Amino acid sequence: MQPGARPEAETVLRLSGITKRFGALTANDGISLALARGEVVALLGENGAGKTTLMNILFGHYVADEGSVEAFGRLLPPGDPRAALAAGIGMVHQHFTLADNMTALENIALGTESLWRPTLDRSGARQRIARLSADFGLAVAPDAMVGVLSVGERQRVEILKALYREARILILDEPTAVLTPAETDALFATLRKLTATGLSIIFISHKLNEVLAVADRVLVLRGGRLVGERPTKGASRQELAALMVGQEVEAPRVAARPPGPPALALEGVSTARRGTGVALRGLTLTLHAGEITGLAGVSGNGQAALAGVISGMETPTAGVVSVAGQAMRGWSPRAAIAAGIGRIPEDRHAVGSIADMSVTENVISERYRSPRFSRSGLLDWAAARAFAETLIRDYDVRCPSPDTRIRLLSGGNMQKLILGRALDGNPSVILANQPARGLDVGAVAYVHKRLVAARDRGAAVLLISEDLDEIMALSDRILVISGGALSRPSLRGERSIRDLGALMAGHAGEPEGVDAA
Amino acid sequence: MDALEILFTATFWAAAIRIASPLIFATMGELICERAGVLNLGIEGIMTAGAFAGWFTVYAGGDLWTGVVVAALAGAMFGLLHAALTVPLGLSQHVVGIGVTLLATSLTYFTYRLLLPEVTSPPKIAPFQPWPIPGLSAIPVVGEALFNQTPLTYLAFLAVAVVAWVLNRTPLGLAIGAAGENPAAVEAQGISVTGIRMGAVIAGSALMAVGGAFLTMSAFNSFFFEMINGRGWIAIALVVFGSWRPGKALLGAILFAAFDAFQVRLQQLSGGVVPYQVFLMMPYVLSILALVLVARRATYPKALMIPYQKGER
Amino acid sequence: MRLEPKPQPSLVAALIYPLAAIAATMGFAALLVLAAGASPLSVFELVARGAAGSQFALLETLTRATPLIFTGLAVAVAFRARLWNIGAEAQLYIGAVVTVVLGTGALPLPAVVLVPVIMAAAMLAGALLLAGPAFLKTRFGVDEVVTTLLLNFIVLLFVSMLLEGPLKDPMGLGWPQSQKVIAEAQLPRLIQGKRLHLGFVLALVAAAVCWVLMKKTALGYEMRAVGHSPEAARFAGIPVNRVLMKTAFLSGGLAALAGFSEVAGLKGNLTLDLSPGFGYSGIVVAMLAMLNPLGVVLSAIFVAGIFVGADAMSRSAGVPSYIADVMVATALLSMVTALLFARYRVRWR
Repeated sequence: MQPGARPEAETVLRLSGITKRFGALTANDGISLALARGEVVALLGENGAGKTTLMNILFGHYVADEGSVEAFGRLLPPGDPRAALAAGIGMVHQHFTLADNMTALENIALGTESLWRPTLDRSGARQRIARLSADFGLAVAPDAMVGVLSVGERQRVEILKALYREARILILDEPTAVLTPAETDALFATLRKLTATGLSIIFISHKLNEVLAVADRVLVLRGGRLVGERPTKGASRQELAALMVGQEVEAPRVAARPPGPPALALEGVSTARRGTGVALRGLTLTLHAGEITGLAGVSGNGQAALAGVISGMETPTAGVVSVAGQAMRGWSPRAAIAAGIGRIPEDRHAVGSIADMSVTENVISERYRSPRFSRSGLLDWAAARAFAETLIRDYDVRCPSPDTRIRLLSGGNMQKLILGRALDGNPSVILANQPARGLDVGAVAYVHKRLVAARDRGAAVLLISEDLDEIMALSDRILVISGGALSRPSLRGERSIRDLGALMAGHAGEPEGVDAA
Repeated sequence: MDALEILFTATFWAAAIRIASPLIFATMGELICERAGVLNLGIEGIMTAGAFAGWFTVYAGGDLWTGVVVAALAGAMFGLLHAALTVPLGLSQHVVGIGVTLLATSLTYFTYRLLLPEVTSPPKIAPFQPWPIPGLSAIPVVGEALFNQTPLTYLAFLAVAVVAWVLNRTPLGLAIGAAGENPAAVEAQGISVTGIRMGAVIAGSALMAVGGAFLTMSAFNSFFFEMINGRGWIAIALVVFGSWRPGKALLGAILFAAFDAFQVRLQQLSGGVVPYQVFLMMPYVLSILALVLVARRATYPKALMIPYQKGER
Repeated sequence: MRLEPKPQPSLVAALIYPLAAIAATMGFAALLVLAAGASPLSVFELVARGAAGSQFALLETLTRATPLIFTGLAVAVAFRARLWNIGAEAQLYIGAVVTVVLGTGALPLPAVVLVPVIMAAAMLAGALLLAGPAFLKTRFGVDEVVTTLLLNFIVLLFVSMLLEGPLKDPMGLGWPQSQKVIAEAQLPRLIQGKRLHLGFVLALVAAAVCWVLMKKTALGYEMRAVGHSPEAARFAGIPVNRVLMKTAFLSGGLAALAGFSEVAGLKGNLTLDLSPGFGYSGIVVAMLAMLNPLGVVLSAIFVAGIFVGADAMSRSAGVPSYIADVMVATALLSMVTALLFARYRVRWR
């Protein structure tokens, strides 16, 4: 019996025995689930648990090795998104699938009419979109270019895309990752209106609170297997967390200690505007030795620009960057490395590593010019290989050999190598931009342990994360960034999640940033 | 005659439109490919193949319009090859494009030698003749420049209108534009990115080939080696210059052709003081200048030259 | 369908796929030969014999391979850094122009000094010619493919202008050709009375130098890193634009050496048909060699053999010699396809 759904409710969707392997990895292992009319089912699981793979199979992006998908009693042909759409399944991807050079209306109407029609029925589309917007609280300007819309608006366009196609089953993949708490509340209100009309929803998340707030029933995935199923009513957070993680994870122990002298200071730093990204305007920030500073905030509020400045990728248009009290000139990635800043970039695949080069070639990329690895322009490959072997051993990296192309490593192993590269030579400042995102539980704990160890030996760490739990667990001092400006810092345990959430939304009852005037 | 007076004569503009015609076909063809996200460097060879295929069809006894169709088919065939290698297989569009140009050019030359082993000077055909449009062609200057051209020139203008309509107004055009911007958006709406991109490359290549055929069937009346002479590369520059919009690209092509016609007149006027090669260089120099001029504010289709695999985001 | 990366490719796979590409090329060529009404086997035999069937044929193939090694290296180093230099043809001609300008008596120096001076000057000219498009790419974001392609036409017209103007040989009976370079500027023949010249040895040395550069030096590492991922290279502190400019200098200089070696070693003077597309064939040579400088030597000899052999075959068998160009282009396309399948496996579901 499924609580939350009426006992007589029909089953709209049934997945039976779905198995999907990628090489040696089994991403989904014999997963079965059923979804009733008007029901919200949450798929809960850590990153890498197989949630997204399962939904990609359901939607026809992937073809399962075993198992079948049945919607409204009819078997769906595998690997055919068109069939899934036709069967009334709509999907809102974690990374939006919108074309920036087209209007909201065009994005919504894309593919809903025969491609061979001589014209697009714009006025008809506009009317239907207006009605859907009004009915479900999804305000969107139909003729605005998607490229200029905010993240929240883009998500509404994505939901409208599904509703426009008269979807009866809606899949939302980590929909709240990019939203402020207030926007999240609005989304949940929309979802409730939708289920009231009989729509069924699969809600994918790794955030317990949200799952408990929005779902009728929770399915927990771990390591590609379905490990538990609970009605939300009466489910306990602790129990779900234990199911999700599967093992007792030791929270990193962060012993309180007084901060040291300033290691890195930004004074009045501004950056150039880039596309839709938020720029910094006169930002001031000091990182102290022996302290982890956590930077919380909704994605896209200036984190990229700030990380860009600290990593040397971005040259400030105004202001001063100083390391250990020394003002820096000629700022560049090379200068940042030379100044002793260890950098863990947000995107480990495209920025942190060179996918088609070997492990050895990747680990020396920041130091190949140092006497350790080269003499008068000639590289010492023996030394480079020895260094790679050291990192592989010290950081417990699973890889066949230092000659393996780094592309073939798992995300966790790749991140360990990047971590090792960044921490080599005991940098005085460490920039960790989303260091744990997308990693499995073990790797997350490992990365955290290393960051705390670096802090304990006296490094100044800036931890940028969208995961408040991570920030609160590790940080000595917490800052919130919103619209490119910083909040007043708070010490460990000083502010609640709710307070931080309010700051993240950018409407807090306190002066923000430096210009309080 | 004063150099500037030339600009107001009907014969000058008639020549400019004539010079622009093959470029218009080629530019529209390349534009379709690039809007869908595929850079087609096969253009130079595809135009060569089209020039030969169209001309030979007529030489062998076919009718002129049959020649145009055969040219388009030849272009589509090389387009299919290019698309098969770059779209589902995702090979480098640079390398494959150059390869297709080399292959199409050498196959054309091979076939020419094979079919016409004996000839010393290229044989001639009866090309398209001007088709004055009743009424309109009587308008002074404009009439002679625009409405006293061969049917293939009218077809070039028609092609611009059709391409503009399809890209801006139709569901198909939306899908093409989205495939070049964010292919995942196309896939998520149940349309095959592979299908859209391959179709665009094949259709675009057919247009390019007709541009080549214009040279052998309308501008001239025979096929000779190296007659495309970089027009394909110029078309690629024109697409950038026209910001991937058919109307702007058309203007660019006409502007470019006017410069070209003007330099030919100047060359005649200069009386050999300046080496003629300097004038012949002008179109290429101009193309580079045009690229530099717009490069800063060019907004490329975001997924141009980026292969797409299903299920990727 | 979907492509999935294979784990480390085995040695067997590394050999089988290129062989399959060559087989596909031969198969396609056989169809064309049949279309020409000849027997593929006998035509292939004639090509092979024409390319390597005698001492004369072999030396001729090596002579033809010399400029291809230079242009192949030029393309290989540029493509490694993902600088799309399609302008080796223009750089070759500029190198030839410099050779003629300095080598026809302007510098009265002994050969041991004159030849290196001309080489250096030719390389510099080629380097500067590619530096232009590279600068436009790094500074303004202008695609270098189109600019280098267009420069090929500009430079050829420039050469034509020179050959009908300042560089025209007064004794040339009105033909657009330059004077012959003086004896001190010429590269000696390797074998008395044969056409193979010192340029071939220089090409081998250049290949070895490039190999060391790519494998063993910091610059080679930087070039490869920039080629694989400019963004990641920049993050690691590699000065991407500077590396691209250095690459352009190297690549342009190498291509110019092809022009130098053709004039100083083989032709003696400059004409408008100095290069039958060596610059473009260099792309094929580099791709067939998988951008490996030592492989370039082998693939240049292979490509030269097809050209030389097809010339000889065409005289006796009546199949147009353009079949060589077709084979070379087909080899390029089938090789890049084969290399893809060597690294990825296709999953249909």
